[in-house]
Amino acid sequence: MSEIKVKDKEIVVPGETLAIGMDYLPSHWTYREKDKILASRLGLVVIEGKVLKLVPLSGVYLPKRGDTIIGQVTEILLSGWRIDTNSAYSAVMNMKDATSEFIARGADLTKYFDIGDWVMVKIINVTSQNLVDVTMKGPGLRKLKGGRIVHVNTHKVPRIIGKQGSMVSMIKQYTNCRILVGQNGVVWISGDDPAQELLTVNTIKKIENEAHLAGLTDRVHSYLEKRKMPHSGRNIHETDMPDVQYSEQE
Amino acid sequence: MHEEIKHNIHSLLSKGTRLDGRSASDFRPVSIEYDVAHNAEGSARVRIGETEVIAGVKMEVMKPYPDTADQGSLMVNVELLALSSPDFEAGPPSGDAIELARVTDRAIRESKMIDLHKLCVTPGEKAWMVVIDVCTVNDAGNLFDAIALAALAAVKNATFPGFDGEKIDYHEKTDKPLPLQRLPISLTLYKYGKHVLVDPTQDEELAYDSRLTVAVLEDGSLASMQKGGDEAFSIDDLSEILDVAVEKSQVLRTAL
Amino acid sequence: MTYEKRSDGRRFDELRPIAAKVGVIPRAVGSAWFKIGKTEAYAAVYGPREMYPKFLQDPLKGCLRCHYNMMPFSGSGERVRPGSNRRSKEISLVMERALRPVVDLSQFPNAVVDVFVELPQTDAGTRCAGICAASMALADAGIPMRDLVCAVSAGKVEDKIILDLMYDEDSAEEGVDIPIAMLANSKEISLLQMDGMITKKDLMKAIDLAKKAVDEICDVQKTALKERFNVAEH
Repeated sequence: MSEIKVKDKEIVVPGETLAIGMDYLPSHWTYREKDKILASRLGLVVIEGKVLKLVPLSGVYLPKRGDTIIGQVTEILLSGWRIDTNSAYSAVMNMKDATSEFIARGADLTKYFDIGDWVMVKIINVTSQNLVDVTMKGPGLRKLKGGRIVHVNTHKVPRIIGKQGSMVSMIKQYTNCRILVGQNGVVWISGDDPAQELLTVNTIKKIENEAHLAGLTDRVHSYLEKRKMPHSGRNIHETDMPDVQYSEQE
Repeated sequence: MHEEIKHNIHSLLSKGTRLDGRSASDFRPVSIEYDVAHNAEGSARVRIGETEVIAGVKMEVMKPYPDTADQGSLMVNVELLALSSPDFEAGPPSGDAIELARVTDRAIRESKMIDLHKLCVTPGEKAWMVVIDVCTVNDAGNLFDAIALAALAAVKNATFPGFDGEKIDYHEKTDKPLPLQRLPISLTLYKYGKHVLVDPTQDEELAYDSRLTVAVLEDGSLASMQKGGDEAFSIDDLSEILDVAVEKSQVLRTAL
Repeated sequence: MTYEKRSDGRRFDELRPIAAKVGVIPRAVGSAWFKIGKTEAYAAVYGPREMYPKFLQDPLKGCLRCHYNMMPFSGSGERVRPGSNRRSKEISLVMERALRPVVDLSQFPNAVVDVFVELPQTDAGTRCAGICAASMALADAGIPMRDLVCAVSAGKVEDKIILDLMYDEDSAEEGVDIPIAMLANSKEISLLQMDGMITKKDLMKAIDLAKKAVDEICDVQKTALKERFNVAEH
């Protein structure tokens, strides 16, 4: 007779017993020890039939192939740039992945990207030693000019984006700011009105803090509704800023 | 490396605001908690926004220095703990830690906050030494003001340990406070272009032109100063900075 | 000689009051505060991050590094001179070993996870309080780990086997101090040190006291970790 010890969406700590008995199966961030299934990190329980897994709530970013991230140029290399990925591992962007323009040997690479520049790039390869290659070839990938950078918990990124980008679109609608969210927890925000920019930052921080609680969308909606500021209503950035498409993540 | 953020801060200041929505002369909430370390003769925790530091006072009896044979002595040390920021490293004190300690020391020493003569037990033989250690717990900007305020609060909170003329009994706490004469509020002002700003966050600390730390006394007179930053400022700038300093020192004084 | 009464009136097998909080240092990836009696520890976790100096990198897995330190005003007597010393280096090392059996850093080759433990006030049992705080901070930092680690000291004063020694007991003539860390589920021992002389029979009794206390400590750690994420709506 198997027994489940936790509820769906419950927060569990490392070593906590999730179920006793052989009827349940351990999946992400859980492990079996004899007849028990235990948590192998801090996280939120997800019960899918007989499968038990955890969604992490905290921790630094770990580069993953296919992720779109926002990074900062930290070094000019012989044939490319080193980019900080907000993780333990920096990435390299090779000249050929940076631009379709021809760059002559020995050219001054700072003309394209200089130290300190923020860039939105896509991870094309991660080796077993976590060496990371990124590219700027792809829709929406580019250098980010102006605006401000906010760091958020990388595990809350899917909630900040929302289903098919619904959350981020709602914030954009209310604040008229341009927002780009990197899977690595780096968010770029740019608006013409500092008060709107600040409202965007605060909304994102609110989502970050409350992402694991039920009724998030409604709460964010009423938060923005209470604080909405009058603006022209026409979203001037809609056309010039194609959003990067994100894969839906659980 | 920080050109973008510098540009952003300047443009916000010209619109009368900052990254977190404060005006140039706004402090984040300031709070002080006393008696936070029971083994210290005095202690205090200071929070300015998310910045948090703990200061503790230890008292020792030693032979006075020959040139001040009838006086006790004072020492201030700052530990920029690696616990409090990814930018700090374990190991010997950095230049920043030493500057913070010396600037805090100077405000206390030069204002004659503690009457060092009254710390003398036997001239030329024995005198109290007041050692103030300030440790950072979380660095979210403006360590200068947080550290100086915590040092002040810990000294204000301190009492002498038991002393029989020969040995200190650290377990016996007397109710005798340290001989204090005045409270110098040390405040650091930051210059960004033509703007003068108080209480910077860690982002704002990346991008200032110059700064001035000044200790302000009850009557508005000044006890010590330290200029920092890579740019110079004009005499008119100095005058403006000092006006802001005297006015804003009240924010920290009322927290004590 | 018989030990009649503890100076704080506790039973011989009783812990001092415990309090814990998680997420106390916003700059850190994970952090915690743990207080037992008048001993108080902060722990902050940074990383996984790039390992410097580079020659310490392990290409197979991430490295766990602990740094134990007493704040200069935290000791019961004179000021503790700042900076590392032989004692703090040894404690840092045994703390690392106490935590290593539960953490899995195989995903983080060449990187380091730094754990900084700082004590603002002490009344014995500092390494145990540090381990309790560090274990919570590692969990808060999202480090993969299969269990929590709980630590407490047990020992002997005169004729009594006692739990959770205070400074006056730790420093008593003939006092025996045994800091112990256990994995919360299996009760396997990951830190064991002893100062003093004791029979095997008494030692096993002391370890048994610690084993019972571990469940109580673990409950406090769990509650603090869960409370961290139960934010009120604002």
